Parts: sequence; structure tokens; C-alpha cells
Amino acid sequence: MNPYLTAMQAIIWREGLRFVHQRERFVAALVRPLVWLVVFAAGFRAALGLSITPPYQTYISYEIYIIPGLCGMVILFNGMQSSLSLVYDREMGSMRLLLTSPLPRWWLLISKLLGSSAISLVQVYVFLALAAAFGVTMPPMGYVAVFPALMLVGLMLGSLGLFLSSLIRQLENFAGVMNFVIFPMFFLSSALYPLWKMAESSQVLFEICSYNPFTQAVELIRFALYGEFNAIAFGWVVLATLVFVVLAAWGYDPSRGIKQNSN
Amino acid sequence: MTGAFSVNGLSHSYGERRALDNVSFDVAPGKFCALLGPNGAGKSTLFSRLTRLITGEPAQISIAGVDFEKTPRQALARMGIVFQQSTLDLDLTVFQNLTYFAALHGISARDARPRIIAALERLDMAERAHEKARALNGGHRRRTEIARALLHRPQVLLLDEATVGLDTATREQITAHLHRLCDEDGLTVLWATHLTDEIALDDQVVILHRGKVLADASARDIAGAGDLRTAFLAMTGAEAATGSSAGGVL
Repeated sequence: MNPYLTAMQAIIWREGLRFVHQRERFVAALVRPLVWLVVFAAGFRAALGLSITPPYQTYISYEIYIIPGLCGMVILFNGMQSSLSLVYDREMGSMRLLLTSPLPRWWLLISKLLGSSAISLVQVYVFLALAAAFGVTMPPMGYVAVFPALMLVGLMLGSLGLFLSSLIRQLENFAGVMNFVIFPMFFLSSALYPLWKMAESSQVLFEICSYNPFTQAVELIRFALYGEFNAIAFGWVVLATLVFVVLAAWGYDPSRGIKQNSN
Repeated sequence: MTGAFSVNGLSHSYGERRALDNVSFDVAPGKFCALLGPNGAGKSTLFSRLTRLITGEPAQISIAGVDFEKTPRQALARMGIVFQQSTLDLDLTVFQNLTYFAALHGISARDARPRIIAALERLDMAERAHEKARALNGGHRRRTEIARALLHRPQVLLLDEATVGLDTATREQITAHLHRLCDEDGLTVLWATHLTDEIALDDQVVILHRGKVLADASARDIAGAGDLRTAFLAMTGAEAATGSSAGGVL
């Protein structure tokens, strides 16, 4: 086999094994969105009135509305989780093995990204199956149509995680990522409420939400679940992915160094 | 630049602090070269530069005839590396760790299998192939890492303080094994250490202190009428003897 593909396969395999070894991570990844779907949505259903906005053709329940956002949430947390594991790898030294491979660094990073995106996909589909078991279903073709959208969003959030991992020097700083990346990205998006609702309360927040790549990611998933292609969201997500990939490649450039000590 | 391994004019700074200052030395093919220096001498910085974990001021580095600055990836392919800090994935078995490494060098699992078996047998590790790395003691982890570093058949093996934390018997076994690899297979070894008892009299010794090469000769020549330890302490001063710079030495 081609050496590049051999390495890619091994990196994806290792990501998969690591995921299998961390059962708690899988359970947490599923429990988190399910709590939102079952508990949070029940409370919010009464408070939030939803109008008919594309891609929906009719009035929908709040549970239906937040499914794409929760898919995004699963991928967002997984992206940050793999970023955390990269910081851990660097602190423990195993990152050096990857970085001293004779294959190009960008190829290794992309392989790592594909591995983490594949894990995101598995998690999202298990979540969608559980949601269906709770009676929250999508059009059957939507489950197929959403596949490429999920993959792309996985790459976008994975590359964001990769970039962040190159910036975070110590594991302890990861809490900052939660506060300053995950929460703002998630709450300043269309994951939990439509943006027109946000516009009613604050135009500034509405603008911020509109430019949040996570909003675009959620919208891409939302439309894809109904077999529709949202070109604007797609463009935004592709653009954000490219920017994050370039930043991650810069972050892992050897001239910036990855050492922890200067001995 | 004639040796299996040549460094010429290598300098590196962290801001104002000069960690390496015009370091130059050659190692002949099949030679065991000890890079001897107290903690803080610049050994780890030198290793990070030689393995391209960091880059910096240009220098002439050649690995098995390959120009490291021009074609770093080709040079990395000819180099085996054992880092001071363990780089094993503790949740994977010994065999899985080695297969993963082989793949990072583009070697498929099918091609890697016989190599892994041979490498582990050579280090008396064959019966542990399917144990998780977590279950291994420090000595066996090190042996696994050495076996791993040789899987892609490198011409030069770099080891950064590879015996730190190991007992005397294990340290002797590992250094004896590496000397055998030099003699029998023609492997060139660069062995960073602060322990003089790991060095044989015929080994080449490069003494590094405060980022500069203080001596580059055989251990026998450096030791002169006395022993290597005394000569090393005399060159590097009380700092090395007390380990005051960054921890215990010798």
C-alpha cells in the first residue's frame, strides 16, 4: 500500500482504538445531547414559539428544531476532546512520534483530523438513533443526506481543535477553551433558538450569531437533514475549515517549536 | 561533512539565552558516540534540532549522507529516535505500538510483522508482544522503544538520556546491546547522557557544556591517565559535580 495511506489508516485506527478505550467519553458524548433533548427541550417547548422557517414546511416541535444543533454539539465536543488529547499527547511526549515521522506534517495532521471526524460521525449517528427511539425522527433520506454535511462540520471543528491544541501549552489551560470557545460558539448560534428570535432581543448579538461558523455548521446540518443544500452555510463552513486548517498547520510549524522545556 | 552523522555550526537561542553555540562534530559509520553533558548543557535542544521538533538558525547537518536542512524528511527516514520521555501509547500492546510506528514510516502491517517479531526477539521481548505497554516495567518499556526505533532500519540511532530511571543492570544490558548493534550491524549511535559509566573506552565522546563543545575525542583520550568521570568533572566544573543547574548529575 502507498506509505501515505498506510500512515493515514494507522492514525485513524489509533484514534478509533483510543475512543473505544474511553467508554466514559462515549457515554458522556451521548448523555449530554440527550439531556438537552429530553429535559431542556421539554422546559423550553412552552417558552419558545417557533414560526415556519426553511427548511421546515410546517410547524415543528422544539425537539425537532434542536436536533441539528445537538448534532453540532456532539461534533463540537468531540473536536475539543481530540484537541485535549493532542495537548495530553504533547505533554506525555507521544506527539513527538508523530512529528518525527518522515511523512509530511500536513498529511499527518489531516489524517488525525479525518480520524476525529470519523469518530464524530459515529457518535452523531448513535445520537440520532437514540433520538429516534425517543420519537424525534427526521425524514428517512435526511439520515443519508446529512452524512457529507456531518463530515464537513467534523473537519471544521476538528481543525479548530487542532489549532487550539497548538496554542494551549498546558493541560490545565483547557478549562479556558471550554469557557471561551465551546460555550460562546454553542450559545451564540442557531443551535437552540432561531436567529430571528435573537434579533428580537439584540441586533448586535444577532450579527455575532450570524457570523459564527458554528451557526453555519448547524444550518448546513439542518438543511441536509431535510435533503436540502444550504449553499451559504456550505460556503461558510468550507471557508472556516480552510482558515482553521491553515492556522493548525501554522501552529504545528517546527519553527514555532513544540517543546515543553528549553533544556 | 564526512561521517554517518555530521553537525557543523549548529547554534540555537531561546530569546536572549543561547542554548547551543556553534556546535560541530562528526561521527563515523558504526561508531558509538556519547554526547556527554550535565543537565542544562543543551543536549535536549540539540536532540530537538536533530529530530526537527524545532527549527532555528541554519546549520549544516548531515544524516547518512543526506542533507538535513534541504531534505529533512529523507533524513528522518534514516534516523531512529528514542526520546528521554517515553512515547509509548500505554493503552496499546507492545505489538500495536510497534505496528503504529511502522505505519508512520509508511511500512504496512504485513511488512512490519516479521520485522517486529525479529526486533522483539533480539531484545528478549517476544513473549511480551501482546502485553499492554502499561503493564511493562521501565526497562522493558525502554527496550520496546529501542526495538521500535530500529524497525525502519535506520542508519543512525539517536537516544536522549534513554536510561534515566533504570537500574544499573538494565542500563548495562541496554548499552551493551547498542554497542553490539554498532559492531555487528554498522549502526551509528548518538547517545546523550550525563552518566560516564555508560561509556566504553573506545567510544567517541563529545562533551557539551553550556551549549558549547568542550571536547571531541575517544573516551580513552579524554580520560588520559585518570578516569573519564574525573576528566569530565574537571572540564565542566563544580556545577556538574553538584548538579546545581537542573537536578542531579553523575
